[in-house]
Amino acid sequence: MTSSFKEVLDSGRFVVTSEIAPPKGTNLETMLHHIELLKDKVDALNVTDHQSSVMRFPSIGGCLAIKENGGEPILQMTCRDRNRMALQAELLLAYSRGIRNVLCLTGDAIPVGDHKEAKGVFDLDSVQLLRAVHLLESGSDMGGNELDGAVEFCAGAIVTPEANPIEPQLIKFEKKVESGAVFFQTQAVYDLDNFARFMQHARRFPVKILAGIVLLSSARMARYMTENVPGIFVPQDLIDEMATAPKGEALTRGIEIAGRMIAALKKESICDGVHIMAIGKEEVVPDILAAAGL
Amino acid sequence: MKSITRQKPFKEIQEQLGVFDRLFIVGCGTCATVTQTGGIDQVTEMKDRLQELGKRVTGWTVIPIACDEMTEESMKENKRAIEEADCILVMSCALGVHRVSLYIDRPVIPALDTLFLGVEDTPGFFREVCAQCGQCILGQTAGICPLTMCHKGLVNGPCGGTNNGKCEVDNEKDCAWTLIYNRLKEQGRLDLMRKYQPPHNFQAAPRPKTLKIS
Repeated sequence: MTSSFKEVLDSGRFVVTSEIAPPKGTNLETMLHHIELLKDKVDALNVTDHQSSVMRFPSIGGCLAIKENGGEPILQMTCRDRNRMALQAELLLAYSRGIRNVLCLTGDAIPVGDHKEAKGVFDLDSVQLLRAVHLLESGSDMGGNELDGAVEFCAGAIVTPEANPIEPQLIKFEKKVESGAVFFQTQAVYDLDNFARFMQHARRFPVKILAGIVLLSSARMARYMTENVPGIFVPQDLIDEMATAPKGEALTRGIEIAGRMIAALKKESICDGVHIMAIGKEEVVPDILAAAGL
Repeated sequence: MKSITRQKPFKEIQEQLGVFDRLFIVGCGTCATVTQTGGIDQVTEMKDRLQELGKRVTGWTVIPIACDEMTEESMKENKRAIEEADCILVMSCALGVHRVSLYIDRPVIPALDTLFLGVEDTPGFFREVCAQCGQCILGQTAGICPLTMCHKGLVNGPCGGTNNGKCEVDNEKDCAWTLIYNRLKEQGRLDLMRKYQPPHNFQAAPRPKTLKIS
């Protein structure tokens, strides 16, 4: 059984993914509710891997829950918490349980999270992890030993189109392509002209690019992101648009903006799809899709 | 190259000393003097502080280089004062603490934390440039070590946290990969950055590291 998400990617139609954040604890109610709400509305659902270095229920646990509920999971794997042995072992487990998509990430740094004294592992980086996936697919592990039963994944990676300087980021993007990434989910993009310029470069490579759409929930959040989050640039006119939303309507305005951006990306065929990150507001992802006319 | 140290919080030193009332203090005339953590001034200041607490300092010395064989001589010279002490408080890097512990049977207590082996960039500013990994890649990274100077030790280019040439972990710190990129670009060697770097061999010199010249 190959990845049904890969089939969607190859079909040429506009692809939509979103993501689920596992809970801090064993109460899975909210996560399961979000899975139920979104699994049939998007092509695949990412599950974050201790996002922002905050310890949570694991990504693979969330992916299994998606699988059990009939959805298509994308396993996010960072290099922060596991050495090469643990990463490979988890890929074997994932494959054996029907998970067919993996997103290979470096992972946020330990000090930004909630276990500030922990050891950051980073035995591999995201490029090396992509190669490890393909090595396991070939039937061998990183120690050069033969596997009794290989894996098969649709492997993806991330890229930051607004990084400054951009060239080192593009060099790494190309290394990820060469290392077997077939799809990319980008860091949040808000300036479609900048993004279109990035796409002119990315189009030279045989990979699918899903633009990262992070829902703006308030003008304050938009300002915070543009000032504090590396690689995110929110143009002033969008911040102003959020600021002029009537009281209590900022989220609705954010949904409109996200919907409008997705519709424009699709209409102008700027990229191959979108990855919607609602960050705690997963409840409104269907509204974003409706606003985008999807 | 210097062994860079920082004095432990005084409370921690006190806790480590515990019930020991009589102590001998050892400083170091090399790195710990440069970093102003274990030179004559810091040793005498520590002596005064401990005496104020009612401790008895049986003697003190600043060994020229606490991590080499002269330490044994110095311990012999101070034998009487050391024998009067319950413990030795060492104000040198851990290499000196270890050295001192080899020659005396008294408990040895470090007053400093050893942070890194570094260089002095500008007077009073020390920086780690080598993590002593045993598998040098400086030839491919324009003399800047990403294993040391990138917070995550990434060898295939910057992470998404790079921000206008600074690191996401501390915007006072340079992004190692922006530095490497700029220098390789200047040298017309960006092809080196495009080259895939395989996973690092973390067992190039397995711990505990030793070397015997044959």
